[in-house]
Amino acid sequence: MTVAAPGPRLVYAAPELLTERSTHYCPGCGHGIVHRLLAEVLTELDLAPRTIAVAPVGCAVFAYDYLALDWIEAPHGRAPAVATGVRRVRPDAFVLTYQGDGDLAAIGTAEIVHAAGRGEPITAIFVNNGIYGMTGGQMAPTTLLGQKTTSTPAGREASQAGYPIPMTEMLAVLPGVAYAARGSVADPPNIGKTRAMIRRACQAQLDREGFAIVEVLSNCPVGWGMTPHESMEHLREVSETYPLGILVDRRMKG
Amino acid sequence: MTVAAATRTAADRRDRALMKGNEAIAEAAIQAGCDAYFGYPITPQAELLEWMARRMPELGRTFVQAESELGAINMALGAAATGARVMVSSSSPGISLMAEAMSYMAGSETPMVLVNVMRGGPGLGSIGPSQSDYFQAVKGHGHGDYRVPVLAPASIGEAVELVAVSFELAERYRTPVIVLADGMLGQAMEPVDLRFRNPERPTLDWVITGADGRPPRVIRSLHLQPERLEEHNRALQAKFARIAEAEVRWEGTALDDAELVVVAYGTAARVARGALARAREEGLRVGLLRPISLWPFPVDAVAELAGRVRGMLVVELSAGQMVEDVRLAAAGRCPASFHGRTGGMVPSPDEVLAALREMEAST
Repeated sequence: MTVAAPGPRLVYAAPELLTERSTHYCPGCGHGIVHRLLAEVLTELDLAPRTIAVAPVGCAVFAYDYLALDWIEAPHGRAPAVATGVRRVRPDAFVLTYQGDGDLAAIGTAEIVHAAGRGEPITAIFVNNGIYGMTGGQMAPTTLLGQKTTSTPAGREASQAGYPIPMTEMLAVLPGVAYAARGSVADPPNIGKTRAMIRRACQAQLDREGFAIVEVLSNCPVGWGMTPHESMEHLREVSETYPLGILVDRRMKG
Repeated sequence: MTVAAATRTAADRRDRALMKGNEAIAEAAIQAGCDAYFGYPITPQAELLEWMARRMPELGRTFVQAESELGAINMALGAAATGARVMVSSSSPGISLMAEAMSYMAGSETPMVLVNVMRGGPGLGSIGPSQSDYFQAVKGHGHGDYRVPVLAPASIGEAVELVAVSFELAERYRTPVIVLADGMLGQAMEPVDLRFRNPERPTLDWVITGADGRPPRVIRSLHLQPERLEEHNRALQAKFARIAEAEVRWEGTALDDAELVVVAYGTAARVARGALARAREEGLRVGLLRPISLWPFPVDAVAELAGRVRGMLVVELSAGQMVEDVRLAAAGRCPASFHGRTGGMVPSPDEVLAALREMEAST
């Protein structure tokens, strides 16, 4: 008796929405994972053809080179205002912002707070790696206490540089926020959970529930002065300051 | 007053209505097909925002009161990137905040009309009429090598027409356009010819609508490769040259036999017009050149006059800003002196007349 040899089975492929272009991200950077999750979710929900995405200033400004969508490049921090303008004149569009922690939690605090406060039906993907990566590793508002950066060479000290800002918790108290959650790219189980959060944040927009945000704790091996592996280990410690999970889901509360 | 009342007046009588400047500008934008307006309260332009707050929702169009002028203009950037006809308005300190996005919109070639109802500066200044943002509008706002058309009405009726022209220029050249008014024009009421105009919409083949059945598009101003950015800048400069060639606007009064010429725009030009009539009665041969487009500046008109008059008097509600462009254009062919008031003070026709007499005696 002969048994046919099993043919190759596809277990992993790049989503079509990701372009073939090599990214400029440093080796081990988590942005690539978040891009992939976003590409998968937008494909699953068949949203790509009507998506208008707003790019930040920072490492992810080049997201438009990697995700084959229509993009608008916003000034630093202003993505939620740009997205609001799109939302109001394009009711059929799927509108998302992709922002880092310098963009969203420092220079763009007014824009994100008020877009959330107005309950704009947009989806914000907030990648928090606790540092300004593109400009060379300076302190961000989300930098941990004690963390060494190029602008806190002795480690962040609260008396001089203040405390880490839990942006997503702050946003979650606003009545206009339909969904707020924090995930992480630290390991495959958390990546899976983050993917589900992104999907839910997209659905909240489709159902016109209000503003939705997913904060994704990510790493910056170069900025943190670590190997990619060390940075992923360290990411688990970051979630002690920024606990993972769903902060608000108004649909579940009814 | 309401638009219904204005329309009634139009139907019943002479197509004219008494309107406040800020409200007439707002209604002109609405009649010009403005799809979306974003603003933040600031005097002396608050009535413009309030008019939009009432009228835009009535028409099913977009009005958002933003969290700041930064928010307002970036909302405009987003809406304009999708092809909507958009307007923002503010007053001097608010325009300073909008400067950042102006640069991005010039760089990414996004059309928009911005109305600045100028108040006195620097800093918080005063809410009185002023023209102290000439440099900001014509030479400045944001960073980088760029220009935007700047149109300066001298009456509310003219403001109505220039709003329509601004939308045309914005879309034709893919650029922000500034309507530069002052607190006097914004707050005054005068009869307005209700000659609203809704410019035809050009085909917009660059807008962001979702990459459905076509390659993705990106509205951007970042070009990290120096070669690529220089190429982009050359294209922008070529566009600015086309605008400078085709879009110069100015008005001349009594220039044919003029020996002295007043150069003034906006409210200052109206003051000058009063002085001119009286100067003529005294036998002074005075004319008026009123730039309507401040950029592109009427360089050729000033240069031609400078070659045949004895002197120019530049009158502004500022410490002297446009006078620099007049002197550049005159290039020493005739003297150009200056008379201005600041801080919300408006020069009187008497002051202008006195300056003209002095010039008559000294040139």
